[in-house]
Formats: sequence, structure tokens, C-alpha cells
Amino acid sequence: MADNSRRDFMGKVFGGWAALGGLGALYAAKKTWDPLPSVKAAGFTRVDLSAAEPNVLNVEKWRGKPIFILKKTPEMVAKQSKEETARDVIVGKDHFLVCIGLCTHLGCIPAYRPDKHDFKCACHGGEFDASGINTLPPPPSPMVIPPFKLEGTTIVLGEEGPEYKKMKEAGVIA
Amino acid sequence: MKELKILGVVVFFTLLTYWGVEPYAHSVMHPHVESDGFKYDDLPALTKKGDAQRGAQTFLSAGCTGCHGVKAAGMPAPMDPNAAAASFGVNPPDLSNAGSVYDEKFLAALIKNPEHALMVEHKFSKMGRAYPMPAFYGVGGDKDQEVADIVAYLKSIAKKDVTPKEAYELACGRCHAMHYDNWTQIGEKPKFKHKKDELLFEAKVLEYQDHLTKYLGKLPPDLSMYIRSRGEHYLKTFMENPQNLLHGTAMPRVGVTAEAAEKVLEHMADVGDAKRHERTSVGVKVMIYLFIFAILAYLWKQSLWRELH
Amino acid sequence: MAHFEKANSLEEWLDQRLAIKTLRRVLAEEYWIPKNINFLWAMGMVLAVTFGILLVSGIFLLMYYQPNVKLAFDSVNYTIMKEVEFGWLWRHMHAVAASVVFLIIYIHMFTGIYYGSYKKGRELIWISGMLLFVTFSAEAFSGYMLPWGQMSYWAGMVITNLFSLGSLELNGLVEWIRGDYVPGQAFLDRFFMLHVLLLPLVIMALIGLHFGTLRIPHVNNQDGEEIDFDAEAKKYLEGKKKESKVIRFANDFMSKDMFVVSIFLIFYFYLVFWHFDFAMDPINFDPADGLKTPPHIYPEWYFLWSYEILRPFPKDPGLVAFGFAQVIFFALPFLDKSPNVAPASRRGTFKYWFWLLLVDMIVLTVMGKLPPQGIYSTIGLVAAVVFIGLWVALPFITKNEKAV
Repeated sequence: MADNSRRDFMGKVFGGWAALGGLGALYAAKKTWDPLPSVKAAGFTRVDLSAAEPNVLNVEKWRGKPIFILKKTPEMVAKQSKEETARDVIVGKDHFLVCIGLCTHLGCIPAYRPDKHDFKCACHGGEFDASGINTLPPPPSPMVIPPFKLEGTTIVLGEEGPEYKKMKEAGVIA
Repeated sequence: MKELKILGVVVFFTLLTYWGVEPYAHSVMHPHVESDGFKYDDLPALTKKGDAQRGAQTFLSAGCTGCHGVKAAGMPAPMDPNAAAASFGVNPPDLSNAGSVYDEKFLAALIKNPEHALMVEHKFSKMGRAYPMPAFYGVGGDKDQEVADIVAYLKSIAKKDVTPKEAYELACGRCHAMHYDNWTQIGEKPKFKHKKDELLFEAKVLEYQDHLTKYLGKLPPDLSMYIRSRGEHYLKTFMENPQNLLHGTAMPRVGVTAEAAEKVLEHMADVGDAKRHERTSVGVKVMIYLFIFAILAYLWKQSLWRELH
Repeated sequence: MAHFEKANSLEEWLDQRLAIKTLRRVLAEEYWIPKNINFLWAMGMVLAVTFGILLVSGIFLLMYYQPNVKLAFDSVNYTIMKEVEFGWLWRHMHAVAASVVFLIIYIHMFTGIYYGSYKKGRELIWISGMLLFVTFSAEAFSGYMLPWGQMSYWAGMVITNLFSLGSLELNGLVEWIRGDYVPGQAFLDRFFMLHVLLLPLVIMALIGLHFGTLRIPHVNNQDGEEIDFDAEAKKYLEGKKKESKVIRFANDFMSKDMFVVSIFLIFYFYLVFWHFDFAMDPINFDPADGLKTPPHIYPEWYFLWSYEILRPFPKDPGLVAFGFAQVIFFALPFLDKSPNVAPASRRGTFKYWFWLLLVDMIVLTVMGKLPPQGIYSTIGLVAAVVFIGLWVALPFITKNEKAV
């Protein structure tokens, strides 16, 4: 019987060690699935804001998604609520809407209506104001503001700058 | 112990086959060339002691800056790479770091007789062509002294610790692209936002390559994977004297110091065999794991077979 | 529908539905292996492990490889080797395993020849094994195309040209195989398909067949002794383990297998990390160039012996000799006329035949790599003739063999 238990014990030790090797291989496998460094390096988009025209929507691509950049007219800024202003990216005297241009309902791209200063989603009729805040359901929340950093008149998407962090602290960004 | 005898037979025939198809066959296919340690024994040693300050003057009056830039001394290249290649076939190097990358004997010999130092007479004077860099005939004084002064000057302005990448760019990079490092013969390829700018840059590279092809007879290969396709030993001896391994090639002798050659090789390994350090460190861990695996497998087997025999 | 009781454990639950206890008994615990064996009997397990390594590493390579003549080389040498985490590891493991698997296959084959494990009911084991050898060869060749380096391209050119069958000049067939006049995009795509789908499927089916052919005749043993497996198994189960001539596949035989596998893995991973050039030819790190043949071209080492049988002869006889070399091993069970199942050392003239064949194939292998000139050509020609002669002589040698 002593032999039996020794046999079982050695079998278990060997099996355990082999399983450990399997875990090592799984670790390597997990790392192999990670996004490539070139993919991660391409995750930053720089956009020069100085050339933007007021009330004309610019769409840039960042990490495969559309980014809405809208320079607001002074009238629009004057009219908007505090809550709306808190979401503005301010460069000099200019106020910008910067957000990921995907409806928070099911991810369609809403269209900008310059005459009404709002966004309308063609899929299920959701609406957002010029600050990206949802005004008509089904979308449950405002359009998302991507991490950004300001360098003069250039905005770098993908990096968290002080302005972005401030918005985050103020609770503007969930 | 019968099993060990059988193992011995298996190992013997395996090694015999290996020896035949690898070391032996390769020694027949590629005769071994030994490195001389970048001593350049065929070139005369410098007999005079150079003076860097005098050298700076001589350098200017010798007209070197008509073709060569020296950024370290605030002298930009007189022509852009393409215009230079249109006139000379290849872009003359910026000499900022020439003093630390190139051997001093080689530099002196090059200044006096470029073709000879570069070992390309078979492509130029012997074919009735003039080598684009003229020989230095002196500026009126003792020529050997003047050459020694210029070499001393170049050494005085050169960075002592050039990076592997800088060594590659100076020694190889004007003829050999390395697209895994984003390197073209006219420099690093920038990131372009607009397709048009990118195409314009590529057209410039192609134009430069055309000049180079005309100058050398064929376009020098991209060296991205050469550390794997040629191996360190071949590259080292090739750099030292291309004619030894590829007789009649248009590639000039590079003339680098032994230290700079190591740097060039390091850069080539960084590009073509980037994970070699990781390979070794992972390898050691896997080996330790496997030795324990083998011991445990043996103990397990023993515990089971005790009652079988 | 069958009646199911409430199960008290997961094992019982599975047993009710899958009969796992029966499966385990039939496939492992009471699958009887002779006790009188040496480590060469573990080569089957080593091959299974190596095939597993090839499969797993291949899956990860497949995630990043691009079967496109413009992208293939860079997807391997840049993306996989530089960008992907552990991509270099999968590639080195895959390339080295692809080479080492043939070493083990050859050891496995010569073990079978030495101990006569292809006779008296074991013919199908041999034939299914040879089918596996041929399929593995096709798998190795198609995989060799994928990095699209200089050796890939020129091996593709030369080997597909063989199908013009010499003076028959079947150039249409060659173009059909390539889907182009030269190896190009269509060629790369179809060999990619063969390498990652069709051939692996065939290999897996053949491995199943190979295992199946073992079941009834059982594994041979060191003395070629005919064992009454039922009687010996009974002894074992009665507890007379020391007397019994058989052992369980699991865990008795398995534990020995695993020890041999561990030694093999040490050897294999040493090659993967420190000595891989023999399996990853440096020349294949130059991108394919259809206008420049490398100065020395040769197949991977495991094809050299048959390549050398092709080379020393004029075109047509060379092809015939090559074709002969490809198929003749299949005929071994029928060319060996002796009823003896015994190690070659006890079989008189056959002993010399065995060692001569082994040495001759090693000579062919080495000559196949050396440039075809001077003395090497002569040695190669002699070795090729000896190879053919040995097979022609085999039935005559074995016919008169004394019974052991």
C-alpha cells in the first residue's frame, strides 16, 4: 500500500508540473493575442483645430471610430446651458464639441443638422444637441468624449491631458 | 544498459548525418574567410602626428566641403541627396562622425587615393572611368602632414560614442535601405498624412536609387534581414573586404574600425533579429522547467515500474 | 430511450452518457503493451507530441501570416518575428519541430525495419505509417513555400517542374499545379490551403488509421516474440505483475513514454533557442526573387537522400529512380520473404542489408547537400545504385533465410 500511495503521489506531482508548463504556454498564447505595438502606436490622432469653420461638422478617424469635431458659433455658445458648456473643449475663445460620433443606443453614426444645431440618428430616431447630450430617446446617455490633450491649437486624441482630466473630475465624463 | 547502447547508436548516426549536411557541406560550399580584425595591413601607417587645429584649416582649403557636409561643425551638406547622387552617383557622407567610425589609416589612404583605399579600381580607373572623389594633392606643404592634420581634425569633432544606428547610417545607409527600420537611402521615411506627400517622397527615393543603380551596376540590397540571411561572421568579413567573398563586386571597402563594425552588426541584429535577448532569457527558463520535468517523469516512471520488474 | 439514474459525481454523470469508464479501460488501462521493449517504442508518443507542437504553434502563426506574394515575407519576418509577442517563439518552434519530426520519423521507421514490425499481421501498420510519411513530406514542402523567401520560391519551381515527368514534357500539368507559369500568387494561395487545411486533415485521419492498425496485431517487442495477450493480461490483473509479459498502456507504458518525451523536449528546445539555423535556412531570409537563383540550392535535409537518387542520372532515368525511391518503402512487407519476426541481428544476411541501407541513405543525404561535382557526384551515383540494388536483392536475401 505504501507503494501505491507513492505511485499516486508521483503521478500527481508530475501531472501538476506538466499543467504548470501548460499555464506557461497559455500565458504566451495570451500575449500573442494582444494588439500589436504598431496598432497601439497608431492609437493617437492629431487634429489641427485652427482651420475649423463654425457650424460645420468635421469627422476624423481615431482608433477606427469617427470623431465629431464641431466649432460652435458665438450665438450657440451664448445660448447653451452650463451643463452643455462643461463639455466644450475650449481653445482660445473658441468652443468645440469633440466626441466619438456613435449613437449611445446601438452605435450608428448620427447626422448633423446645421440649421437645427443638433444630431439625428437615422437608425432609431435618437437626437443629441450640439454638445452631444441626448435629447430624444432611445439613446440613454450623451455621446462619449474621447481622451484628448491640447497642444496649442492641436488636439491629440488618445492621450489624457489636463483639460480632459478636469472634465473627468467634474463628472462630465462618466 | 542495453538501452544506453541503443541510444548511443541512434545518437551516433544522427550526429554523423548532421555533421555531413551542416558543418561539412557548408565548409565545402562556402570557403572559410578569417577576419584580420580590421587592421588594414595593406594600407600604410600614419607617419606624422596630426594637429586638429591646423587640420581644420587644411580641411577647408582642401575643398572637402564642396561635396561633404559637416553638421557637427555647422556646415550643412552643399546639395540634397538626390542632387548629389545625380552628380556623383551616390550621396557623399556627412563627415561629422567619420573620425570615430572610420579607421585612421583608411581615412588617410582614402584622402590620398580614394579608389585604392576603397578597392574599387576594377570599376573605375581600370575601366577608364574617373572615381567621383578626386585625390588630395596637398595644399602646398608636406602632404603626409596635411593628411594627418585632416584626420586629426575629423577625429577631434567626431562623437566618441556613436550609436549603432548612427554607425550603420554613415557606413552603409547611403547605399543600403533597411525598410524594417523605416530607413531609405535618403534618410528616415517620415510619417505622411497625405498620400501625395508620401508618393513624392517615394519618387525621390526611386530617383536616388536609379542614380545608385547606374553608379554601381545594380541596386545594393535592402539589409533588413541580412543578419539572418548572411550571419554575423559573413557580414563582418564582408565589411572588412568585400572582394574576399564576392570577387569583382562594386561594393567598396567600408574602412570602419573594429569597434564601429561591431556597432553596425549590432544595429543589423536589432533590426533583423530583434528578439534575440528575449530568446536567450526565455530559453534558459524553459530549460530549467524541462530538467525538472524530466526528473519528475523519471521518478514517476520508477514508482510505477518498481512492481513490474 | 435508456434509463438514467441520478449521478453522484461528474465522472458518473459522464459515464452514463459517454461510457468514459469503458473507454478508459479499452483505450488506456487495458490496452496491453509488451514489457520487453526499449525507449525506441516511445517514438510514437514523441511523434504525437511533436505533431501537437506543430499544430499549436501553427495556429498562432496562422493568426498573423498573410498568404500574399507581396506581404508573405514581411508578415513572417517583420510582423511575426518583431511585432507579435512570442511570435518568434512560435516560428522557431514550428520550423524546428518540422525538421526534427522527420528525424523521429526516420528513427521510428528504422526501428520498425530492424525489429521486423511490418510482418505477420502488421503490414497495415507499416503501410499507414508510410502514408503518414508521404503526407508529412507534402505538409513540410507546402509549409516551406509560405515564408516566400528565395529557397521557398526556387524549391517550388524545381519540385513542381518534376511533374513535367522528363521527356513526357507535361508542362500543362506543371502549370495546372502552379495555377501560373511560375510560382506566383495562385501557387502560394493553394499551397497555403494545402498546408493549413487539407493536409492536416489527412494527417489526422491517417494518425487515427495508424492507431487502429495497431489494435489487433498489437505492438511488436524486442525479440519478435508472439505473445498471448489475453493470458498475460489475466496474469497482470491477478496481481502477478512481475511474471506477466504485458503492461498497461496507461500509466505503465505512459510513464516511460513521458520520460523519453522529456529527454526529447530538452533536445528539441535546445535547438529552438540556440541552434535553429539547420532548420531555418539562412538563404530563405532573402525575399523571393524570380530573376535570381541562389548559388546553392538544396532541399531540407530529410529530402536529400531521395533528391540525390534523382541527381546523378540523366533526366529520364533519374526520374524513374526517384519515383522508385518514393514508393519502394511501401513494398517492404511484401519484398521481405522471410517469415521471421526478429531483430535484424539474428537474421543472417538481412543484418548486413539493414546496416548497409542505413549507411547508404546517410551517404545519399550528405551527397545530396554537397554541390554535384567531382568526387561527390561519383559517390552519389554509387550510393544511388547501391540503394536500388539493395531493394532488388531483398527478396532473394530473405527467401533463403533460416527460421529463428
